[in-house]
Amino acid sequence: MEKIISGKNIAVNEEGYLTDFSQWNKEIGEALAKEANITLTPRHWEVLAYLQESHKNEIPLSIRKVGKSGVVDIKEFYELFPQGPLKTATKIAGIPKPVSCI
Amino acid sequence: MSETNGDIKKMMIILSKATLENVYAAFILANGARSEGIQAEVFFTFFGLEAIHKKKLEHLHVATVGNPAMHIPTMLGGLPGMEAIATTMMKHEMEKIDMPDVHEFLDILTASGVKLWACQLAMEMFHYKKEDLYDDVDGVLTVGAFYNRGKGEGTHMLFI
Repeated sequence: MEKIISGKNIAVNEEGYLTDFSQWNKEIGEALAKEANITLTPRHWEVLAYLQESHKNEIPLSIRKVGKSGVVDIKEFYELFPQGPLKTATKIAGIPKPVSCI
Repeated sequence: MSETNGDIKKMMIILSKATLENVYAAFILANGARSEGIQAEVFFTFFGLEAIHKKKLEHLHVATVGNPAMHIPTMLGGLPGMEAIATTMMKHEMEKIDMPDVHEFLDILTASGVKLWACQLAMEMFHYKKEDLYDDVDGVLTVGAFYNRGKGEGTHMLFI
């Protein structure tokens, strides 16, 4: 399905996650963050860049992995994205929602 | 139902057992709630207290007796060392799927905002003191006080 994000037609799945990362850019990220009631700071962008890099390198994401990344600890990750950090951050980053339960 | 539209807002999990499979079930459910943006609190009562007891939490075992899913005869499950063998095997498998050990899991839960409560009555029964417990336990509570924390719409309680 498609959704208009930041004035463009973007391919997304039923949950609103981008299905084609090449359509992502910072404006799309900003618009998705706004939908999640998050104002992006430089810290948010650092974490988003790390998540995108992990996805590119096909590293499965979990809270534990993020916590051990050295980029952000679990507590801060929750402070940056309070309503379910991995779920929210991956959506803003334009990458798939992680399937791990841990 | 009206206010939350049926959404789950808070999971109140009661852990009464200290076998590894039950402890992990409680922890995964609490962690899974937080990662969906749902609040979570765990109440440790009776043997469940061992999961937050500093000296015991590293030595929890899988139950090999009375557990048909282990697929070993009950008689064998009761032999000395069987629980240790089964536990070692299970820990090995869990490491493969990136599952943290009990202590690290508690660290993850508290960092994620999960509240951990020890049952007052069980603490008295086992003669445990607050100092015996994992440092980030939020406090010792009565059942009534735990229930009070579950007030509001969209709260669900689970007994493990």
